[in-house]
Order: sequence, then structure tokens, then C-alpha cells
Amino acid sequence: MNTSTSTFVRTEMLPEQAPPLTEAGAVKWVRENLFSSILNGILTVLGIVVVAYLVIGIAPWLSRSVWNAGSLSECRQIIADRWGEGVTGACWAVIRERWPQYLFGFYPSHLYWRPVLAFVLLCVAVAPVLFDRLPRKMLWFSLIYPAVGFWLLWGGSVWVPVMAVAGFAIGYAAVKVVQPVAGTILATIAAVLAPVLWWLFLAGPAADALQSILPIALQGVRSREFGGFILAFTIGFTGIAFSLPLGVMLALGRQSDMFIVNKLSVGFIEFIRGVPLITLLFTASLLLNYFLPPGTDFDIILRVIIMVVLFAAAYIAEVVRGGLAALPRGQYEAADALGLDYWKAQRLIIMPQALKISIPGIVSTFIGLFKDTTLVVFVGLLDPLKGITDAVRASTDWKGIYWEPYIFVGAIFFLFCFGMSRYSMYLESKLKTDHR
Amino acid sequence: MKQSVFLGTLAATTLLAGAALAQGTSTLQTVKDRGELNCGVNTGLVGFAAPDASGNWQGFDVALCKAVAGAIFGDASKVVYIPTTSSDRFEQLTSGRIDMLIRNTTWTFSRDTDLKMDFVGVNYYDGQGFMVRNDLGVSSAKELNGATICIQTGTTTELNLADYFKANNMTYTAVPIETNAEGEQQYLAGACDAYTTDASGLAATRAAFADPENHVILPEIISKEPLGPAVRHGDSEWGDVVRWTMNALVAAEEFGITSANIDELATSSQNPEVQRLLGTSDNLGGMIGLEANWALNAIKAGGNYGEIFAATIGESTPIGLARGLNAQWTQGGLLYTPPFR
Repeated sequence: MNTSTSTFVRTEMLPEQAPPLTEAGAVKWVRENLFSSILNGILTVLGIVVVAYLVIGIAPWLSRSVWNAGSLSECRQIIADRWGEGVTGACWAVIRERWPQYLFGFYPSHLYWRPVLAFVLLCVAVAPVLFDRLPRKMLWFSLIYPAVGFWLLWGGSVWVPVMAVAGFAIGYAAVKVVQPVAGTILATIAAVLAPVLWWLFLAGPAADALQSILPIALQGVRSREFGGFILAFTIGFTGIAFSLPLGVMLALGRQSDMFIVNKLSVGFIEFIRGVPLITLLFTASLLLNYFLPPGTDFDIILRVIIMVVLFAAAYIAEVVRGGLAALPRGQYEAADALGLDYWKAQRLIIMPQALKISIPGIVSTFIGLFKDTTLVVFVGLLDPLKGITDAVRASTDWKGIYWEPYIFVGAIFFLFCFGMSRYSMYLESKLKTDHR
Repeated sequence: MKQSVFLGTLAATTLLAGAALAQGTSTLQTVKDRGELNCGVNTGLVGFAAPDASGNWQGFDVALCKAVAGAIFGDASKVVYIPTTSSDRFEQLTSGRIDMLIRNTTWTFSRDTDLKMDFVGVNYYDGQGFMVRNDLGVSSAKELNGATICIQTGTTTELNLADYFKANNMTYTAVPIETNAEGEQQYLAGACDAYTTDASGLAATRAAFADPENHVILPEIISKEPLGPAVRHGDSEWGDVVRWTMNALVAAEEFGITSANIDELATSSQNPEVQRLLGTSDNLGGMIGLEANWALNAIKAGGNYGEIFAATIGESTPIGLARGLNAQWTQGGLLYTPPFR
């Protein structure tokens, strides 16, 4: 019996066989991902048809691109000569001829190096904020960058931005002086009041005085000469940089037990969120003029930036409030139990966690803000998408051009928005500390 | 608390004083003090106002800004061009951000009275027309019954269209569009049978097509669109400056004064009206608060009306507009300036 059965027992393992054709490689992937059921199969076929249709429609047009021409009619002539009569092609020559206008608007051409330098320095200033592996000392440059950027873009006396920065130093000094004497609350008030008084009454004369002693100035550029992407970046990045801290303050204000602070924050957030951005822009550009004395030249870009910052801050405040609400009560209690005061608790325990939770919401608010900068066209500023494009189309050479400028501007916007989105994903995965 | 009430009152008083000042100051003086003319122009309209590749504004409307700056400062470059949109142009003017508006704006009753503009004249007589494809087989706007028509929303053209079809007992389907560029695209894509806007715009649009010979502009002009510069209501001195600068350009063409011969005529002309216009005799400029040679400088800025027309929108340009109604009254047009006396 033993011997008879033993012939049926293998003494060695069977060699591994190749999987069936339908269960391996590309076929398996296609089966599982594209044709896993009848419905999915139909959708896949439909999808392929749509993509093919789009490619067939657009690819020939793109393949017949012209980069060197002086006008649209010249473009058409070149296309007709190369590919025969009656075909259409993309005329990128318009971008080639007008790209300085798309990038810089009407910024004086011999000063193009200034916005370019400002942009390079912006990257330097932003880098330590985005990547914590860089030396922390670079943050000092990030702090003074707004003044540097302002001076490079608008020019004028160097003392104006210096005196503006001095306001913050004065605020800091006020805290240091008042806090030991009169406590935290009065110190906070002094920290706000002293710089405001400085900016309102003393900064201007001080800048003038210093300018007369030691004149250092760049050629001034006026706001109406801004346009195109320099305008979008100026408004977008300033908006992003200032709306985050303001939004966080508003979120804290809304959580606060102090009656006035709480109600003011709620009122502000609800009012701003209840009004379309365009309304705020119109208010800034038109309504304010009726109230200001004639001859006051309250810079239009500054007004727009203020409105954009307020608008984005209200949204950021709600996003951050969501993050705060998601924190377990125990975190607040733990902070109290450690004996931390309010600001220390926020800085060391609450905010790091709340902001981490809010990253996707904050970044999508920023992306929205950046794209909303094109709305400034409605107050007569030349945004890249419509303002500059309309101006380009209004020249006799380029009238009749339609898709090319939109595609170009859209591509640049996509580049930046996609970059922001990727960074937020990187940040999320880096800060991930849970074990899901 | 007391202090905040005090500050609030102070702020309110300042604002009221500011508002009062806005009514009281003469625009001419403000412009002279500023050293620059803030001229509200179109954000971009072929032939009328558009920046070139290096950012210099050019066009038919822009030339009038330059002429006014020439009349005031003797220097046509002292203009700040402020692009205005069709939705904010009037507020820009009433709020004082611009000194004059020259943006293809139709002079209508309600704009002149209710909106508190002062139109100081007409620099271009336009009218609404239609463009259709040749193969539609239509030769008159009267045959457009039942057609789909591309039309810019919120403009006088929209109202004119409705009036015209109602008066002729016809129906149409409107395809609303936002801008001229979008209208062209819709029309070319076949979204509508006909495209309607001001005749000057139609001509410019057709000229930019790849196949202009396949499109025809119908002969009917269905509305009056007198386009002209506007200033704030209630500042007649400033209105006079703009009005008579424009008249000077028209008169210059009538008297045969061109940018080429103007210096010669200023010294040698025996025509008394030319002498008065160019400041050789009398001092008309002094009466409107300008130098005696104000008109000379205004004409030098870009030539007389005819020269400006020919250089920006005339038949030698790609836009190719004929003078038509915009010819001198002696040539069967409507340009007729009151005498310089």
C-alpha cells in the first residue's frame, strides 16, 4: 500500500508556470482597468472616441504652427504657402511678438530687469518658507522681501519701504517696552497702535528727510504701466502672503470668547464672503473716488490688492476654522495643563495641527485667488487673459486672432496652479504623522 | 470714546469738504497743475484706440487726446491713457479719475442728461449695420426675417436691433455675445447668420477675416451712432477746451491746414480766420485759458481731422473706412464747425 501510493506523491515542486495570457501583463491591466465590466467597457470606448476626436481636431492645427510672422495675414499666407490653400494653423507669432507685453504690460522696456530680479528674489524669499531643509536664517530675507519687491517694482526713494519696515520694528519695540510694565493685553494694543501711528504721521516725513540727506532712488514706475503677468503675480503673491496671517487671525477671532473681537470677526467674514469679488473691486476702483478728496492718487493696484487680501482672508479664516474645529478638545486642555499662555498654546500646539489639516483647503483658496487676479480687467487694469489679449487684438496686425493668446495664458496659469497643487500634496505627505 | 467721536466727525468733515472741492475746482486748472491729461480710452478697439508692441497708444480716439494735450501743454505726449471698459467708463469720468472720455461713446439723450455727461461734439458719425455670408443670398437687411443674429449684450446696438425688427414686423433669434472677438468667432463658426455692430466695427472685423470676399456688409444702416468725447457735467470751461480743440482739427482740414504746411501758414497766411485760428492775430486761446498758439499745437499733434482719419481708419489702412458722413460739409458730409471769431 505504501509503495503503491508513493508513486503518486511528488518528491519535488512543480516548476512555476507562466500565468494564463489573460492574467498577465498588458492584457491583464487592460482587462482590470478598462474592461472590467460591460458598462466600463462602453465608457472606455466612448472615452477613447472623445480623446481621438479632440486629437484629430486639434493636432493638425497645432502641427501647422507659425512662429515667425509680422501679422495675422502674413501668418495665413505662410500657412497657405506651406500646407496649401484652405487649411488653418496656429499663429504663435503673435505671442512671439507680444510676449514682453504679456509678461510686463507697459512696464518701461529698459527696466525689465527689475521685475525679473524681483521674481528671482521672490523665489529666494519663498524657498525657506516652503522647504524646511534650507537654513532658517534665510527667513530674515523672506521677512524683508515685501519691501525689497515693492522697491524693485515701483521704484522711487529707497527710504519709503525702509520706513515702512521700520514700522514693524517699532511695533516689536513697543511690545518689548510695554509688556514688562503693563501686561500682555496692553502690549498687544501698543504693538498695533504704535506702527499705525508711525505709518500715518511720521513715516512719510521721515522718508522725505532721509531722502534729502542720502538720496538713493530707482526710477519710479507708475501702477498704470503694470500689466500682464507682472500684474497677476504682484496681486496674486501679495494676496497669498498677506491673506494667510490675516485669515488665521480672523479664525482665532471667531473662536475667541471676547465679545467684540468675536462679533467683529464674524461680521467681517460673513460680509466679505457674502459679496462677490467683482463688487469689492468696483468699490475699490470707483466708489472710493467719490469719498476721497480730488487729486488724491490712491494707487489702484494697492486698492485692488487690499480688496483681494480681505476677500481671500475671509475664506482662509473659514478654512482654518475647519482645521481648528477638527482638533480634539484634549489638545486645548493639554496646552492649558502645560501652563502655556494663549499665544504660546496657539503657536506651539494648536496652529501646527490645525494648519496641517487645512492645507488642501488653504491651497485651493490660493489657487482660486491667483486665478481671480484676471478679474481686475473689469476695473480697467490690463490682466494677461483679457486685458492684454484685447489690446493685442485691437492692433490692425493681430485683429482676428482668437485661440492662441488664450492657450498661451492658460498654459502659464496652469503651470503655476499645478505647481501649487503639487507642493500642497508634497507638504501633506511630509507632515503626515498618523498611521492610516 | 470722546476721541473716536471727534475723529469720526473730523473724517466726515474732510470727506464732505473733499466732495465740495470736487464740484468747485476747474478741471483745466487741475490738469495744468498735474502736468498731464488723464484721457479715458477704449481698452482696445481696432483703429480707434490700441497700444502697439512697445506700449504706445495709437488710433483715432487717441489722436484727439493728443490734440487736447497739445492745446493745453504744447506737448502731445503729456497724456496718461486710462483704459476704460463699457461698464465703468461713466463712473471713471464722474469720479474724476479721468478728465475726458473718448471711447466710442454714443451721444444719447439719457447719457447727456440723466448720467450727467456733457458731450462736447461728435468726432465720428457711426451707424449700426449687418454682415452676412455671401452664400446666405441676402442682399438687404429687410430679408433677414427669422435669422439668428450675433449681438453684444448691454449696448445700444442691442436695443436698436429690437427696434428695427419690430418696426419692420420681422422676427429674429439673438445670440448674445460679450466682446467683439467672441462675436467674430461665433459668426465664423456659424453660430449665427448675421453679425451686427457699428459699421466701422464691421468693416474692421471683415478686413481681418481670412476670406473677406465671402462676407458682405448689408447696405442698411439702422441707427444713428454719433460717437464723441464726453466731459463732466457742470464744468463748461473745460468742455470748451475739448470742444474747440476738436473744432480746430475740423476747421484745419476745411482751411487746408495740414501738419506739413502749418508753420508756413502760421506766418504767411492772408486768410483772417486762419490767422485767428493759428494765433497769428487775435488771442482766441486766452479766452479759454490757453496759450495763443493752442490750435497750432493741437493740429501739430497728429495733423488735421482728415489726416488723423486717413492715418488711423481711412481707406489706405487695413480697416479701410470711407469718409461718408464724416466728410466736410463742403464734401457732402456732416462736419461743420462754427466759425473761429
